[in-house]
Amino acid sequence: MADVALSSSSAARRSLLAGNVLPILLFVAFALLPLFAAFSAEAYLLSLVTRVMIFAIAALSLDLLIGYGALISFGHAAFIGLGAYAVGILGAHEIHDALISLPAALAASALFAFATGIVCLRTKGVYFIMITLAFGQMVFFIATSLAPYGGDDGLTIRLRSTLAGFSVFASDRALYYVCFACLLGAYLLCRVLIASRFGRVYRGARENALRMGTIGFEVYRYQLIMYVIGGAIAGLAGFLLSNATDFVSPAYMAWQRSGDLLIMVILGGMGTLHGAIIGAAAFLLTEEWLSGLTEHWKVIFGPLLVLVAVFARGGLIGVGTRLRGMLRG
Amino acid sequence: MSTTLLIVQTLNGLQLGVLLFLIAAGLTLVFGVMDFINLAHGVQYMLGAYLAVMFYGLTGNFFFALILALGAALAFGLILEFAVFRHLYDRDHLDQVIATFGIIIFLNQGVKLLWGASPLSLPMPEIFSGSIVLMPGILYPVWRLVIIGSGLVVALILYLLVGHTRAGMLVRAGATNAPMVSALGVNIRRLFMIVFGFGTMLAGFAGIMIAPILSVEPGMGDTILILAFVVIVIGGIGSIRGAFLAALIIGLVDTLGRSFAVDILRLFMAPSPARTVGPAIASMLIYLLMAVVLYLRPAGLFPAKGRA
Repeated sequence: MADVALSSSSAARRSLLAGNVLPILLFVAFALLPLFAAFSAEAYLLSLVTRVMIFAIAALSLDLLIGYGALISFGHAAFIGLGAYAVGILGAHEIHDALISLPAALAASALFAFATGIVCLRTKGVYFIMITLAFGQMVFFIATSLAPYGGDDGLTIRLRSTLAGFSVFASDRALYYVCFACLLGAYLLCRVLIASRFGRVYRGARENALRMGTIGFEVYRYQLIMYVIGGAIAGLAGFLLSNATDFVSPAYMAWQRSGDLLIMVILGGMGTLHGAIIGAAAFLLTEEWLSGLTEHWKVIFGPLLVLVAVFARGGLIGVGTRLRGMLRG
Repeated sequence: MSTTLLIVQTLNGLQLGVLLFLIAAGLTLVFGVMDFINLAHGVQYMLGAYLAVMFYGLTGNFFFALILALGAALAFGLILEFAVFRHLYDRDHLDQVIATFGIIIFLNQGVKLLWGASPLSLPMPEIFSGSIVLMPGILYPVWRLVIIGSGLVVALILYLLVGHTRAGMLVRAGATNAPMVSALGVNIRRLFMIVFGFGTMLAGFAGIMIAPILSVEPGMGDTILILAFVVIVIGGIGSIRGAFLAALIIGLVDTLGRSFAVDILRLFMAPSPARTVGPAIASMLIYLLMAVVLYLRPAGLFPAKGRA
């Protein structure tokens, strides 16, 4: 597993820091956190980091599209929303088992990705950004009009999902580890995908779609499959999010949330996968920290983003790599 | 659906279209000429409205407020250009998205800090308040007609500026191939600044004009920004003509869709599902339109960068 990833990830070649040490440290930290959390404000810390991991899964799937395929999706929050609504709507009909709601969440987001991907992938660059936004907005408006399921206000999920009748998501700690397992699984899946022959064709299309086409690959098909996979992983994040918050609402899919996801990926450093995880953590923890300081934390947060865009090329990982370079002389 | 309602809603649609054009014109030029995604264009519209409210409070006269707010919006836009945007022209679209998203977050909160979170209002000038009789039985607010009129005047001025002056020629050339224009000895940076300042002022103008009929509140620019993007994408990025046509189409489709979707659905649906589905379809209509247009013409209706 590690060999495959190491030999082919372009990030690994660039520097050791961006290679495997950092992802391993990240996952070890996530795995051990509940042990330390037990000595402090456990519930608060667990729910915060659970949230971080869920958004990390979504950011990971977006990095798969942006970082490796230059498919800048500005409607990625729609997939999260679809996954979350699958749980909410089934729950409203007294179906709480993850054996049904998880496949439903994945299928809904994958189907939506497939149907919209057919249209979106015909366009390029800025037009792709805008058309994914358009589809995201459509789902948003459908959700606001779902009067039987709360409409604008969203709907509360009374019972968390069960697995084959067992309430495995019931405790916060159990949910934490379910999210951890999902994040690890999603991360490994992405790395395998990127390293595979399929992933190499996909990455080749980012560099030069025309050339890939000329040597005989139907680029469109590869991109569509990756778009569906990315959508389904984000749907998984939605499934987890609705379980973590016990609530779904159209606000999950507002275009600003898609913007947040983009920022997480760019903030961490795109095209590295673990950068997306770092980005999600940095974004949400900064948000949490600043909002604890002042009610008007956004006045600080906004300029921070501007500074990141202007000065931190390659995101936090890029900054880390440059710092190491400077230290080495 | 009565003809009265149809006429009134068509005018409302035109008014929305004209407003969208004012915002989209600047956006499409900035986008087309500089290849710069400016998400902060929407907050500049919001800022125009807030500045007008502030200057109205100081002067007590709408027209003074209009002129002062326009000047202030222009100055603010140029400061932004100088401080932030200038450093991002050569960068990836994604860096531009983050930076301008940061500015949105900052300004939305900034106006809350300065003017409070509750909605403000701007009284309209005395002579344009009230309604006039368009036809027997049809009353229409004068101010909305003023918005439509001033938007059309701006469209005409833009048409003359872009189509028939030297600066306009450079702008069009820049939208087609900026590096080439620069290679021919044109100071493209100065051109960028002029275009940017002008676009900012137009967005501010739209905000000022709409302030008397909408409530002025934080976040008011966010929805309109997305609509303006839909407009410029449908129209073809960099094309003023495309933006004008698309803005009117979007304005009409959105307004008429919202007022008549339920009625139309009821022709072939039971009333109660029609009432549920109608509003959803109405709000999706423009995005649907955009998806269809992009499916058929992936670069919009009038692609400036099409390079035939």
